[in-house]
Amino acid sequence: MRSKRFWLLALVPALYVGAFFLYPLGRILWAGFVSGTPDLRGSGSLIWFTTWQALASTALTVIVAFPLTAILSNFTFRGRETVRALVTIPFVMPTMVVATAFVAIGWTASIWAILAAHVFYNLAVVVRTVGGVWSRLDRHPYEAARTLGAPRFTAFRAVTIPMLTPALMAAAAIVFLFSFTSFGVVLVLGGLRYRTLEVEIYQQAVTFLDLPTAAALSVVQILGVAVTMLLYARVQRRAGRRLHLVSENQRLRPFGRYRLLGVGVVGVTLSLHLLPLALLVWRSFRSGAVGWRFLADPGPLAVTPVSAIRNSLFFAFLTTVMALLIGGSAAWVIARKSGMTSGVFDLALMLPLGTSAVTIGLGMLVALDRPIDLRRSWVIVPLAHSLVAIPFVVRATIPALRSLRTDLLEAAAVLGASPWGVWRQIELPLVARPLAVGAGFAAAVSLGEFGASTFVARPASATVPTLLFQLLGRPGFASYGGALALAVVLMVLTGAITLVADRGRVGELGTF
Amino acid sequence: MKQRPIALLCLAAVALTACGTGSTGTASTEAGEPTDPTITIESVPDSTTTTEPEPIVLTLMAHNSFAGAVTNDTFGTFTAETGVEVVVLAAGDAGTMLSQAILTKANPIADVLFGIDDAFLSRALDENLFLAFESVRIGDLAASLRLDPLNRVTPIDFGDVCVNYDRAIFAGEVPPPLNLEQLILPEFADRLVVQNPATSSPGLAFLLATIAVFGEDGWQEYWADLVDNGVKVVSDWDTAYYAEFTRYGGDRPMVVSYASSPPAEVIFSDQPIDIAPTGVVDEGCYRQIEFAGILAGTRHEEAAGLLIDYMTSIPFQESIPETWFVFPANEKAQLPDVFEEHAVIPAAPFTLDPEDIEENRERWIKEWTEIVLP
Repeated sequence: MRSKRFWLLALVPALYVGAFFLYPLGRILWAGFVSGTPDLRGSGSLIWFTTWQALASTALTVIVAFPLTAILSNFTFRGRETVRALVTIPFVMPTMVVATAFVAIGWTASIWAILAAHVFYNLAVVVRTVGGVWSRLDRHPYEAARTLGAPRFTAFRAVTIPMLTPALMAAAAIVFLFSFTSFGVVLVLGGLRYRTLEVEIYQQAVTFLDLPTAAALSVVQILGVAVTMLLYARVQRRAGRRLHLVSENQRLRPFGRYRLLGVGVVGVTLSLHLLPLALLVWRSFRSGAVGWRFLADPGPLAVTPVSAIRNSLFFAFLTTVMALLIGGSAAWVIARKSGMTSGVFDLALMLPLGTSAVTIGLGMLVALDRPIDLRRSWVIVPLAHSLVAIPFVVRATIPALRSLRTDLLEAAAVLGASPWGVWRQIELPLVARPLAVGAGFAAAVSLGEFGASTFVARPASATVPTLLFQLLGRPGFASYGGALALAVVLMVLTGAITLVADRGRVGELGTF
Repeated sequence: MKQRPIALLCLAAVALTACGTGSTGTASTEAGEPTDPTITIESVPDSTTTTEPEPIVLTLMAHNSFAGAVTNDTFGTFTAETGVEVVVLAAGDAGTMLSQAILTKANPIADVLFGIDDAFLSRALDENLFLAFESVRIGDLAASLRLDPLNRVTPIDFGDVCVNYDRAIFAGEVPPPLNLEQLILPEFADRLVVQNPATSSPGLAFLLATIAVFGEDGWQEYWADLVDNGVKVVSDWDTAYYAEFTRYGGDRPMVVSYASSPPAEVIFSDQPIDIAPTGVVDEGCYRQIEFAGILAGTRHEEAAGLLIDYMTSIPFQESIPETWFVFPANEKAQLPDVFEEHAVIPAAPFTLDPEDIEENRERWIKEWTEIVLP
């Protein structure tokens, strides 16, 4: 009985990913391969650069994010929630806008600009995914080690780090996939010398209309993602251990004598992180805030800025709901079952994050005409968004779900709790915080228009980023200022939604 | 809890049929239950048969910069006159749109495609994407823009890609350049920013201009000279204009942009101005022509023809400059004052034969990459 329900729960995400990702992917690759012979000359160096810059970006992001995550996960202070929300904001910023800020700061086109931009974009993934677990780790094992005479660093390395590894790996996997498929950053900040597989796939499919080569490169990209995920699963299996999570209130302490360190880390990281954003805000208010005034009457545009905000919020809401339901049930299945099936399932859910947006976008157009023609419907937009959003929910919740003590669940069942009761009373409160983290990212993915949605044809119901691009595509101070003002709107929306997601977790955790 | 995801999918499916704008899918009509459109049309003028008149909804596929400026008014008159509704699909940039159109050839997502330009025209025609259609106003459209003798595509507008300069910088002893040849002179060293032809439409147009000016055997050397003279290359127009151009805080006073950029600078200026802050080097421009065509496989060929007629009509053509910052193809259309005053229409813009472009585009871009980014 239990098992039957279990597979029923697996069915929804499986059907979803099958119908809206795997099937379109298969169709577009097939269409590419039957239309000619691919030309893969020079793809060796492409693969090499794509891989090493993604690895370097991931390592750098983890290194930069670690001190801030540590402070946020050990200390309670005024503005802590705000800091957690602020770090998410860069995540949704359109590359073109960020690029102008980077150039203004003096980051000229180089590999360093690419790596810095990847850190800028992905910092939140590490801070929030790892912080979601770390801030609720039970202090007792660490303190026991200290009492037994372990020096501070030894106790940290031997006790805390192993407990953080699953969450760290989960965050690193996402950062890696994001950097692996980096497009805009490499294109705009790389000064044309650097090309990822993603850039090349775009160029082959769109500039040269060479679909066979684009399809072949997509396969290479997908294989790369698959290899990465298999390695990840191996490490994760070895690192997997049951965590004892407590409520944040029990873990976090005031700064005490660490005040200087805490304020220093938060201050330095945030100011570097938010400098490009501050520059954009300042620029949007230049020349008597002409951009803001322009938004009130921007001339012939498909939508007013207000409708664009409404559309963006609507899509973000739908995306979040879909990602929570589908990603949540998938995570539950993956966390409960180990072995081949669960591994393949996990990989299938992660693939959209590591697959070229051009490929998925064109695939959806080729495949989603039957039985209902989705290609001209706005539904395709939240569909494309949720494919990218689901992995965030999955990765954020699995470490917490795996840490659940089954004896607790069994005890509850023995004491007569219904499966629903167990879920509602025990499991949900434990994963509420990671779910909130995933929800925040899902909304941000949608607000920032990630992934295939940029490459599917869609009804001209513009969102904030699409309106922003429209304004950014025309010369003139007012139009440019309007684009910057919309970037500020995006920042505010993201910050606000993240704050709400953080506050909105269901119930608070008790001790067990 | 387990029903919820399914309920959501149902919700999405319901939303799709109830609110999906203009899904004129073949499936729905064959089933006999038209599920669209959401906006009902009073009556279809020529439908006097006993069966329920089915309102026609045309889907117009266009690149983002066109779709992003379509308002309720854009096709309002057309709908009022013909009873035909128009739904616009935003299909990415021009190249993305063409790949979409080619991939969905067997079951097209739209009835009319707008925004194919001369650089991609030949490929689109080779793929047999369009039905031949002769607009009632074909005679009013500039002959130089009518590139397809079979009228499978109809020119709607054109725009000239030219080097623009910041008047404030060239107000002193150094005058702006007069043509492309001068760009390699020492006084213009480190002053020009251009876009990568592999990722940018004006970037490709500028490369084509240099090929047209210096010939198949001379353009490589010209670009090598440009590189020696410190030309800067960025990936796209936005970065070139808003990050590198001096007017927006960059250090390059010359940028590849459009001949219509100065009037846009006037319209979108922070305060009313009399003289455009930027100027155009009007020798060595490349003319981009944008076409519309009826997609083969449409079930509304006649209505699609009416739409193309409308897009070539004076009211629509005269709305083009201030909405999309390109110029009307219809020679009888008047330009708005701000364009009369500030726009430059180059006397002798360059063009290349679309077949020539199609045959060589990939090679040209690769050669360019080797010269500029060794």
